Amino acid sequence: MDFPPLAWQGVVVLVVFGVSLLIATYSTYAERVIAAFLQDRVGPDRAGPFGLLQPLADAVKLFTKEEFFPAGANRALFVFGPCLAMITALMSSAVIPFGNVLQFGETAIHLQGIEINVGMLYVFGMVSLGVYGIMIGGWASNNKFSLLGAIRAASQNISYEIAMGLALIAVLMMSGSLSLREITFQQASDAPFVWQDIFNWNVMKQPLGFIIFIVCAFAETNRTPFDLPECETELIGGYHTEYSSMKMGLYLFAEYINVFVASAVMSVLYFGGFNFPFQAELRNWLVSAQGLELVTASNIITILGLVGLFAKIFSFIFFFMWVRWTLPRFRYDQLMRLGWTILIPLAIFNILLTGGLITFGIIK
Amino acid sequence: MESLSKRAKVLEKKPMTLAERAYLPAIFQGLSITMQHFFRAATKKQVTIRYPEETRPFSPVFRGLHVLKRDEKGRERCTACGLCAVACPAEAITMVAGERKKGEESLYREEKYAVSYEINMLRCIFCGLCEEACPKAAVYLQADKMAPPRFERDEFIYGKDRLVEPVTPDNRSKRGIQLTAEQADKLRTQSA
Repeated sequence: MDFPPLAWQGVVVLVVFGVSLLIATYSTYAERVIAAFLQDRVGPDRAGPFGLLQPLADAVKLFTKEEFFPAGANRALFVFGPCLAMITALMSSAVIPFGNVLQFGETAIHLQGIEINVGMLYVFGMVSLGVYGIMIGGWASNNKFSLLGAIRAASQNISYEIAMGLALIAVLMMSGSLSLREITFQQASDAPFVWQDIFNWNVMKQPLGFIIFIVCAFAETNRTPFDLPECETELIGGYHTEYSSMKMGLYLFAEYINVFVASAVMSVLYFGGFNFPFQAELRNWLVSAQGLELVTASNIITILGLVGLFAKIFSFIFFFMWVRWTLPRFRYDQLMRLGWTILIPLAIFNILLTGGLITFGIIK
Repeated sequence: MESLSKRAKVLEKKPMTLAERAYLPAIFQGLSITMQHFFRAATKKQVTIRYPEETRPFSPVFRGLHVLKRDEKGRERCTACGLCAVACPAEAITMVAGERKKGEESLYREEKYAVSYEINMLRCIFCGLCEEACPKAAVYLQADKMAPPRFERDEFIYGKDRLVEPVTPDNRSKRGIQLTAEQADKLRTQSA
């Protein structure tokens, strides 16, 4: 495989960075509008048309708020906590393949920040590092509620990472690769059978694995019903009790970026990534019936795939918010019981099932 | 132990079924309910009243701030008989009566009038008994005006300067929320 020039790759990384931030910004707006609609309310509609400038107003508010340092806090770590949460959240989106290749003459631009063959491990590593931001922030606050929230976050993330990893192993057994791009390509289908495209997505072969994965994704991103680290009723605000101003904003932002990344990973792993139904037919039709060059037709397919992937990601983000405003929070012992005694055995069973099906050649 | 009322209901705590323990059916049920609300909010007009632009209309029988009425010739109707102060359960009304001088016939309708007339709006419970007690039809509780919030307690003691109806009705204070004729009619037809 010939690698595109480094400069293009840098541009792609910057674009991915900007898009992640933009999506996180508008996730705050979307969350409030969706929450309002689910509760028969109106939601923010004052700042700009339909309240679309609300995130800007929020940012101005957060930046102009007082920066508060609690007495006895470790100042360096107190600042470092939200930074780490933000950095790790942003870094994990780098390996997600947002699209196939765009070909302009000699240059081929891969719509992916970094192409590494252990992409999935990289995402997992970054997500695991993300909990350090919460841990450090909670510990440095010198507040028992913050510390409790941080400890909860740590044990929750460790517990659910196991089930998540085990659910993922079943996917890896089918794909034989950790590269997200490779996993995406394997979900494409050139078969003429109409439903083949969607049936080739991993979610059709791994329904149980997908349910385990999405439940764990909720826990990993600290979203309701597993938002025990912030749990207002018990811990005031959990790890960000003592945080104010943009440091608080960074924590909230990191959560939304994590939601975006989790949605992207689920779309790539289980919902075919940038593949969409009838893509091969459409390309052939563009070439044969419309007389386009193969390169142009491929570029069109790539852009449509990009749009399709973002449609999948946005549906998942919507789902995250939909669940948040529907379900109450789990109790901590329920959370732990669900993680250790239900999800992990189920994930192991799923691995055995997948192994059996592969052995007998039912799925490949 | 035998229950006294014999209405005690014995609850059986059954173990959860597999579907209940799996959470998922209940979760999807909940999700479908919130989704119905989502589409209802997105398609139908919401019940939210967008406050500064829209206001919730008062009931036509709403009892708001008092007004001391004038008669058709612009004279004050109040004769300081004190029946309103007697009727007031909150003891919010005080007044000082005075005798009308010569040449003041265009100001006061009767020979006796209220030199001062004060209502403490913090004591007032807006029951309307003063309005019912008044033999001269002088005190009315307006349907469209409320006592606005103020910083000092003494500002809530309304004197004649703020209670007496202005000579020309156009000068009436625009403070408070005005009920338009249309809104009032609509409410009347609704309640009828």
